Amino acid sequence: MYPSDLKYDREHEWVRLDGDVATIGITDYAQDQLGEVVYVDLPSVGDEVSAGESFGEIESVKSVSELFSPVSGEVVEVNAALADAPETVNASPYEDGWMIKVRVADPATALDGLMSAEEYEAFVSEEA
Amino acid sequence: MEDLKRTPLYDEHVALGAKMVSFAGWEMPVQYSGIIEEHRAVRERVGIFDVCHMSEFRLFGFEAKDALQRIVTNDLDKVDALGHALYTVMCDEDGGIVDDLIVYHTGDLEYLVIANAANHDTDWDWISSHVPDTVEAVDESDRTGLIAVQGPDALRVIAELAGDGFEPPARFTIAEARLGGIPVLLARTGYTGEDGVEVVCHASNAVAIWRLLLSFPEVQPCGLGARDTLRLEMGYALYGSDMDRGVDPISAGLGWTVALDKGDFIGRDAIARIRQEGPKRRLVGLVVEDGVPRHGYPVLHGATEVGKVASGTFSPSLRTGIATAYVPVELSSLGTELGVAIRRKVSRAVVVKPPFVTGTSLSKTAS
Repeated sequence: MYPSDLKYDREHEWVRLDGDVATIGITDYAQDQLGEVVYVDLPSVGDEVSAGESFGEIESVKSVSELFSPVSGEVVEVNAALADAPETVNASPYEDGWMIKVRVADPATALDGLMSAEEYEAFVSEEA
Repeated sequence: MEDLKRTPLYDEHVALGAKMVSFAGWEMPVQYSGIIEEHRAVRERVGIFDVCHMSEFRLFGFEAKDALQRIVTNDLDKVDALGHALYTVMCDEDGGIVDDLIVYHTGDLEYLVIANAANHDTDWDWISSHVPDTVEAVDESDRTGLIAVQGPDALRVIAELAGDGFEPPARFTIAEARLGGIPVLLARTGYTGEDGVEVVCHASNAVAIWRLLLSFPEVQPCGLGARDTLRLEMGYALYGSDMDRGVDPISAGLGWTVALDKGDFIGRDAIARIRQEGPKRRLVGLVVEDGVPRHGYPVLHGATEVGKVASGTFSPSLRTGIATAYVPVELSSLGTELGVAIRRKVSRAVVVKPPFVTGTSLSKTAS
């Protein structure tokens, strides 16, 4: 149900590590809970983000939620397409709906403590 | 949510997979398939809304009109013809708005008042305590069902259900009809900016009418979420957000509902004074550049807070944030550049004159 090549945090973000660059987005469960996304507020390239801390906000018509970074590092790329098409997060949460790319200091340990797909699925079913 | 009241359509909502929320003491659907999808259905085709939670009061008697004239700010002479409807507010002695409502002249010596669910008890106490014993005032809220049918195709759907020889009531009038044989009142009113009707029926027939309407594939069930985005795009005021007991109709932009020359009514002196002196604050429309403005967010002029967002949402039609806010009169002229503090950021906002969205099916309907 959840892509097995990704890692997940308890705030419903996913992360994919390619070399020392982590791509971050929100899970299919998170986008479904939010409903139609109408605005995504993201950091700028060069900003520092910290694991477990807010890096932006995501809004649906009825609600606003913080986005939490699963890793620490420097933002190297931001998905600018979400400014004009925030609903991409609903349509393609793991691909076109990615949010930021972060260069992590130590790729070997950057994903420590995050959940596997199976663990996240169990976590979601407890929360639901 | 066991203490919340449920409308006759509750089981229908659950069966349709609606997301239910608490609203004004009621358990109501906020959305079915999605707020934006439902919003679009109403702008482009037809949507139906359960508004059974709203209040219905009936006043009957030789002095019903005079009694209501003393309660509401607008002039009931405008609806002397049977079947005509009037949007108005009712105020306290200080001019504070008790509620906004529609008064329908449903029969000889008889008026139907439809008002907000959130104010049911206040309204009933207010109205029943201000009518003389010679007027029979009845709270019909529990036994009355109300379903809004709104959108450019709404009248076509209603006409098919009403059968041969059906003539739709004119804009802002109410008339008897039968939908699939069920006796109803059709009010050509609404809260979306689209053409359509509000179907008044006996509560026990609400489910049957709801299902008849949903038998049309183009009819989309819509929740309170879309109701709010639709009404705010039109700049229609919402009690509790855009107005309350602490604000008068002049400041709220509802001066057009106040007929100072009709004779005495509750709040007349206070409102006349405010109109003469001019209000200090005024409700304006704001188009907000980035992010979604929401109720209570600070409105800034430069770095100074000058007000708070009254109603705010994302406009699905304009794909931008829209809001209303009370600001000092000197900052209320069209084009004034303000800001809305959306958490960490200040988004640019420009004062505009609602409606935010024009060219809806209602604007093409002769009134």
